[in-house]
Amino acid sequence: MFSLLRSLWGVFLHAFHKRVTIQYPEEKAVLAPRYRGRIVLSRDPDGGERCVACNLCAVVCPTDCISLQATEDEHGRRFPEWFRINFSRCIFCGFCEEACPTYAIQLTPDFEMGEFYRKNLVYEKEDLMISGPGKYPDYNFWRVAGVAIGGKAKGEAEREAAPTDLHSLLP
Amino acid sequence: MAKIFVENKPYEVDAKQNLLHACLSLGFDLPYFCWHPALGSVGACRQCAVKQFKNEQDITGKLTMACMAPASEGTRISIQDADAAEFRRAVIQGLMLNHPHDCPVCDEGGECHLQDMTVMTGHSHRTYNSPKRTFKNQYLGPFINHEMNRCIQCQRCVRYYREYAGGDDLNAFRLRDTVFFGRAEDGVLENEFSGNLVEVCPTGVFTDATLKHHYTRKWDLQMAPSVCTHCALGCNTTVGERYGSMRRVVNRYNHEVNGYFLCDRGRFGYEFTNSPARLKEPMMRGAVVSKSAALESITVGGRAIGIGSPRASLESNYALRQLVGAERFYAGVSGAEGTAVAAALSILKSGAVPSASLLDVEQADGVLVLGEDVLNVAPLMALRLRQSLRNAPMRAAKKFNIPPWLDHAVREMVQDQQGPLFIASPYATKLDAVATATERAAPDDIARLGFAIANAIDRGAPEVAELSEETRTLAASIAHALLGAERPLVISGASCLSTAVVEAAAQVAWALHRQGRAQTRIAFTMPEANTFGLALLESKTLADALKEDGIDTAIVLENDLFRRAPEHLVREFFEKVPHVVVLDCLPTLTTAAAEFVLPAGTAAETSGTLVNSEGRAQRFLRAFVPSGSVQESWRWIRDIAVAGGRTDCAWQTLDQIIAAMAQDCPALREVPEAAPARDEAGKIAREPDRYSGRTSMLANITVHEPKPPQDVDSALAFSMESGFRPAPAPLIPFFWAPGWNSIQATNKYQTEVGGPLRGGDPGTRLVAASVQAAEYFREIPAAFRPAAGEWLVCPAFHIFGSEELSRHAPGIAELTPKPYIALNPVDAEVLGLHAGDAVQVTLDGVTGVVPAILRADLPRGVACLPAGLPPFEGCALPSPGKLALAKPEFSVRGTP
Repeated sequence: MFSLLRSLWGVFLHAFHKRVTIQYPEEKAVLAPRYRGRIVLSRDPDGGERCVACNLCAVVCPTDCISLQATEDEHGRRFPEWFRINFSRCIFCGFCEEACPTYAIQLTPDFEMGEFYRKNLVYEKEDLMISGPGKYPDYNFWRVAGVAIGGKAKGEAEREAAPTDLHSLLP
Repeated sequence: MAKIFVENKPYEVDAKQNLLHACLSLGFDLPYFCWHPALGSVGACRQCAVKQFKNEQDITGKLTMACMAPASEGTRISIQDADAAEFRRAVIQGLMLNHPHDCPVCDEGGECHLQDMTVMTGHSHRTYNSPKRTFKNQYLGPFINHEMNRCIQCQRCVRYYREYAGGDDLNAFRLRDTVFFGRAEDGVLENEFSGNLVEVCPTGVFTDATLKHHYTRKWDLQMAPSVCTHCALGCNTTVGERYGSMRRVVNRYNHEVNGYFLCDRGRFGYEFTNSPARLKEPMMRGAVVSKSAALESITVGGRAIGIGSPRASLESNYALRQLVGAERFYAGVSGAEGTAVAAALSILKSGAVPSASLLDVEQADGVLVLGEDVLNVAPLMALRLRQSLRNAPMRAAKKFNIPPWLDHAVREMVQDQQGPLFIASPYATKLDAVATATERAAPDDIARLGFAIANAIDRGAPEVAELSEETRTLAASIAHALLGAERPLVISGASCLSTAVVEAAAQVAWALHRQGRAQTRIAFTMPEANTFGLALLESKTLADALKEDGIDTAIVLENDLFRRAPEHLVREFFEKVPHVVVLDCLPTLTTAAAEFVLPAGTAAETSGTLVNSEGRAQRFLRAFVPSGSVQESWRWIRDIAVAGGRTDCAWQTLDQIIAAMAQDCPALREVPEAAPARDEAGKIAREPDRYSGRTSMLANITVHEPKPPQDVDSALAFSMESGFRPAPAPLIPFFWAPGWNSIQATNKYQTEVGGPLRGGDPGTRLVAASVQAAEYFREIPAAFRPAAGEWLVCPAFHIFGSEELSRHAPGIAELTPKPYIALNPVDAEVLGLHAGDAVQVTLDGVTGVVPAILRADLPRGVACLPAGLPPFEGCALPSPGKLALAKPEFSVRGTP
């Protein structure tokens, strides 16, 4: 008898609690930055493309919904010639973001991607690229990588000594 | 055999080997860098440390380098011992100090031996924060990309390049952690086997520059076992595809054929498959038509002939032979080539000396080369021939109890000693540098030298009349050296298009055999990938076909007739034949002259069988389904037959046509043995477990993920899913084992490291030596006398350029020489010529103008034209020709 009354009282009290339900879509939920929604390709702090087309996102993807083709500019900077995510297959697991060695691929707090046709869920590189660095404002892979690209010669990366002089006779 | 104990468990291993070899052969994972099964041990990297114990009571033990310790009886080691594991981890940590943060943009990533070994040792966090040493890279040519920062100084590259492949333009410079591996200055790597650096380098210092243009990770490639079609050796390759285009070729280990290495033509010539000029749709009189329209318009009546091809598969040649009838089928080779090849084939069948596999070549200890430029005609044979030169001096090492795998000790012992190698050729070859003696002579004189050697070996062989004293002495010394060898080898071939040279080579081998050298072998180099297969099928040549009259349709299979006969003869032939049907993969002068052109697939896109110069039938399987209407030539021929109402040519699968061929042609009875049939091998995935992008790669075309193509021809599937059974050796699509992503995974597929593949090496020998010794040849040609005003124009072979298909690969095209004619400076003086002058050459009824170069190594009266290059690609060389200083109005004809 007592437990019955206690339950009734508990339910009654809830009438005065703060409402959890929000009036979506008029009202938007506040999502954490680490929410796993729509995938984007970000840029490094210098505005260059972050993606180096290493294929790690594609290989880790459990639904195999990422494909891309690597290419290089004339100075040796590698980037994807094209990059495609089939969001009609994506399960937003975030493995691609975890695997990405350059912070290029990021999941964003946007899940409003509904489409009437599945083919509209196929995003190409121009649909994925954003203009900023996303969640990781400082990292620039090319500043720590050993390969030379336009604007960064050998020995100019972080924690790199000047290139060895092969003609020097000094030890 | 010796019994060793690993983690206190007994194992039987080869006592002649080292512990690393033994452990890897037993299937243990033991990391290594500087050791390579083909290069031996030097103990430079200290990575393969194990704990060795004195006896059962010893629990302290000592660290030892497995690659430097013999697997002697009773050895007790522990791989898992904590000290050894920590030592290996620390070594990797040291090697990784300067290794850049590059893996995402490194072409080696995903098949990197350094990655594999780092993971294997458990070194997962880098603590070094000081500056890393860096290097500037070098330009090394169109094939190899250099990224020196990644180097871990294992020295494998220079050991391979200098000591194994005989190159001298790659070296180690400077000292301690700034050792630099490269050339003295930027430039194309000169060695013809430089591509193997890609596989020899355990990390990404040397990577495939052609792959870089369309980069794909190993895990993303759809791969299949293939056979190289750029020469007749039939090296086994793995071809990889992604997004419908061919991406690269890597070595596929075959103990008896190519071993661990490929030549640069085989590795980088594949790009012709991606050529924008490829024929993709059927054409009728120059206009693209539908498949059905083309097939309806082609009629094959009783007056049709078929011209086969030495670069097409056995199946395609057989299909054409069935379509037109055996008596109206011709081998599409020049008359002279047909005769020389037939002579070689009959020697291998009727003589008691068997043909040499490339493994036999490597094991030979006394070699005679007659009339061949081995390096440029059969490149990999030259690489393995180079190794054979160590066999004789290494006997001395055996006397001092130095095991053959202890590489530097053996090399110190051997020093500059070379085993006997004698080369007789029309012009100086690159192998001459390591030859005991060389002779430069016209083909007839080369044959005479051969017969003289045979006579000096066995007096029962006929004597050579009017032999000069010098030649007699040379012949006697060569005979003496060959008789001193345990495994003598004679190499010759069809390059001189001389039956006499081929017979002379056989005479030497047979004489050695009669003198009790039972291990004698003979190797004939052949011009093209399936020359022997075609010769087994048909002996009538193109020369016979061109003479035929009353033909209404000629079907030409994957063949550019303008490379087989002089241009005017082919044009005359095309004028008298009203309907010409050509099947080919690339446009040629022949396809331009044809009424119908049907697009044929290349080796990477089709499946079939090729017979290499050893007489070994080998199966190649398609890596991908080509775009457009491209299909196997035999399927086109079947479609023509079926459209014409024929029921006897209605093969549906590869296994069906192979079975029919084996039944019809007694010489090809063994062809089905080359690889298991489709139903015998379960299901084998062409794609690695980690193949990515399945649901996305075609999403721009359709989101409904089309069903992958079905392969009715082989057990290989266009899928990531394999059956439970491991792939049989001829059907291994790629080498991979858990923890071994690089090509070093080959270890896991061999019966013992460096030995045959499990289940036997792929391929089956179609040509067996006869039990009874054949009679000696009695016909010996007269000595060559240069006729006044006439030169014997010989072919000079070029690894890059002489082969037809690889020339369409941009990298190979870059290294192809410009047309020239080479002649002796004294001859040039007689003509009043200087180097660079334009020379008018008249040959076989063809006239062309080419610049002259002077070569002192050419005999008087002999000139050389680059083989397979215009304007004389149709002339059967050697051939007598007239030379004259060209008038200025002539211009040099370019490539078609």
